[in-house]
Amino acid sequence: MSNERMLMKGNEALAEAAVRAGCKCYFGYPITPQTEIAAYMSKRMPRCGGVFLQAESEIAAINMVYGAAATGVRAMTSSSSPGISLKSEGISYAAGCDLPCVIVNVQRGGPGLGGIQPAQSDYYLATKAGGHGDFSVIVYAPSSVQEMADFAVKAFDMADKYRMPVMILSDGLLGQMMEPVVFPEIKNNEPEKDWACTGHNNQRRHNVVNSLYLKPEELEQSNIERFKKYDTIKQELPEAETYLTEDAEIIVTGYGAAARIARSAVNAARAEGIKAGLIRPITLWPFPEKAYADTVDTAKAYLCTELSMGQMIDDVRLATSCRRPVRFFGRTGGVIPTPAEILAQIKLIKEELK
Amino acid sequence: MAKMTVLNDKCKGCGLCVTACPKKLIVLRKDIRTPKGYCPAECSDVSSCTGCALCYTMCPDCAIIVER
Amino acid sequence: MAVYRKPHSLEDISMHFCPGCTHGIVHRLVCEIIDEMGIEGDTIGICPVGCSVVSYDYFACDMIEAPHGRAPAVATGVKRSRPDRFVFTYQGDGDLAAIGTCETVHAATRGENITVIFINNTIYGMTGGQMAPTTLPGQVTQTTPFGRDPKIAGYPVMVCEMLSQLTGTAYAERVSVDSPAHINAAKKAIRKGFEMQKNNQGFSIIEVLSTCPTNWGLTPEESMERVRKEMIPYYPLGVYKDITAENK
Repeated sequence: MSNERMLMKGNEALAEAAVRAGCKCYFGYPITPQTEIAAYMSKRMPRCGGVFLQAESEIAAINMVYGAAATGVRAMTSSSSPGISLKSEGISYAAGCDLPCVIVNVQRGGPGLGGIQPAQSDYYLATKAGGHGDFSVIVYAPSSVQEMADFAVKAFDMADKYRMPVMILSDGLLGQMMEPVVFPEIKNNEPEKDWACTGHNNQRRHNVVNSLYLKPEELEQSNIERFKKYDTIKQELPEAETYLTEDAEIIVTGYGAAARIARSAVNAARAEGIKAGLIRPITLWPFPEKAYADTVDTAKAYLCTELSMGQMIDDVRLATSCRRPVRFFGRTGGVIPTPAEILAQIKLIKEELK
Repeated sequence: MAKMTVLNDKCKGCGLCVTACPKKLIVLRKDIRTPKGYCPAECSDVSSCTGCALCYTMCPDCAIIVER
Repeated sequence: MAVYRKPHSLEDISMHFCPGCTHGIVHRLVCEIIDEMGIEGDTIGICPVGCSVVSYDYFACDMIEAPHGRAPAVATGVKRSRPDRFVFTYQGDGDLAAIGTCETVHAATRGENITVIFINNTIYGMTGGQMAPTTLPGQVTQTTPFGRDPKIAGYPVMVCEMLSQLTGTAYAERVSVDSPAHINAAKKAIRKGFEMQKNNQGFSIIEVLSTCPTNWGLTPEESMERVRKEMIPYYPLGVYKDITAENK
């Protein structure tokens, strides 16, 4: 496969990009709407000397990733919302051991078994409560099939750079839709991993991958060190796309699939003479607070749109220091909002501002 | 000539070596405390030790060295 | 001159196990085999939660701590990414036969080329003596204060019997470490597991009947007596599966 433009499903583009990024091991479990990733990997991995293994459970899959990552290879798993709940334990352990790995969540509606249609109800799960203990994972939110591919590469690079798990928070809409994609050039960004458990060949003392600290002060210190790393990441990594925000009175904001719909609504509002703009977070953790802070003096109100009952809105309120009203419009359970519905909300806010 | 040595920093005085010794030569020294507070094992009759190393085999703490 | 002393691949530190606990014997046996096969630099060990939780400090090979019950899945990830390395897990009964049954059964049925050391002492040691999946009927534990009643708490899991039914299991043997003779037999079994891994023959499990003097409320010697009188009759020693014998 060359670097020409191809028409691909989001899930398959992500899988292909992961392989190109040097993913050596993929472990997964079937769940709609992400199963194409596993199916693609099952064909692709044997052809490039990689490992594909269908695990007996989501829990086993993330622990296989944990084991492979502990030996220093690039490893990935993917699932959809209920499966990510099951992976929480392993994600926490990987974070506690500072293991680089990539976890893909192609979200569907919840709670419980929920449904199989696209949703964005796992924002809290991804950014606030990925598992027990003091930790965060880097979260990328693709908004196109192209970004499904681009962020797969980025995710592996950032996981290795900061030695931590990275999540790609996608959804069933992006996973299932087809769009043209050009695979990014791969630079070899894989660092030496002298901490990895590869067998010491009698050349060094043994390496230990571990998250247990029985002395409270040692555990506290390890958490403090990790949070220093998080501070660096908060400086270096936040990323957002802004669209027509410079003169915008009403700023619509949303990530992933919601941002695509919001963009159409912003364009429609502009066509009707309403000064609307869009902020689309690309990293959800760290949250791109500056993109909001930069607009808070000029904007009069924000409209947060999500395929959920409203989760990211908390971070929008914090990023704007509650200095402007932040309204919410979302559909959930697998229902996709239309641009017209969002335009109606923009108009409503415009009326309120008069 | 066999020699059985007990490492007092490792011995926990569990007594498994005492029952393992076919010649019943090993005793726990009730008058001694190891750094961890246990009564360590000791060969009571060095000249009779055959170096069979069954005490080493039974010891859960690698606290015994046997040379023969 | 013959010298019997701590094997090289066992770190020179005092282990945290209670006096008379047979974990230490099994640790030593594993390390003696690693030394004899000359594979310390080629081995990656996985110790999950339970009394083996800090054993990464004892084994001198590269070590990975695993979440409770997940060692076979972690070992799968390790072995699949580094198939040229020796991979072993060291798991207790709660870990392997309760919270990690799923991972254990599937690693076995896949014929994962790893060696599993399974410590069966019929109790949860680290948390202070609760019922294990292997607790014997009638046995008093913290959570079976009137003795394990199979009508309420079910029956013990017979791990070797269960896993030997799976095609992917290459070798399953139950051993004990209650006497020097049994310890020597246990060492042979563990060695066989590592040798079979070397020959890419698949999943091997060595179940070791062990003691927990502290939580049994017995002296170390009384504990050994319990292994002989109560455990071995319920959990018969022997080879439950050996594909190399079947091929003969």
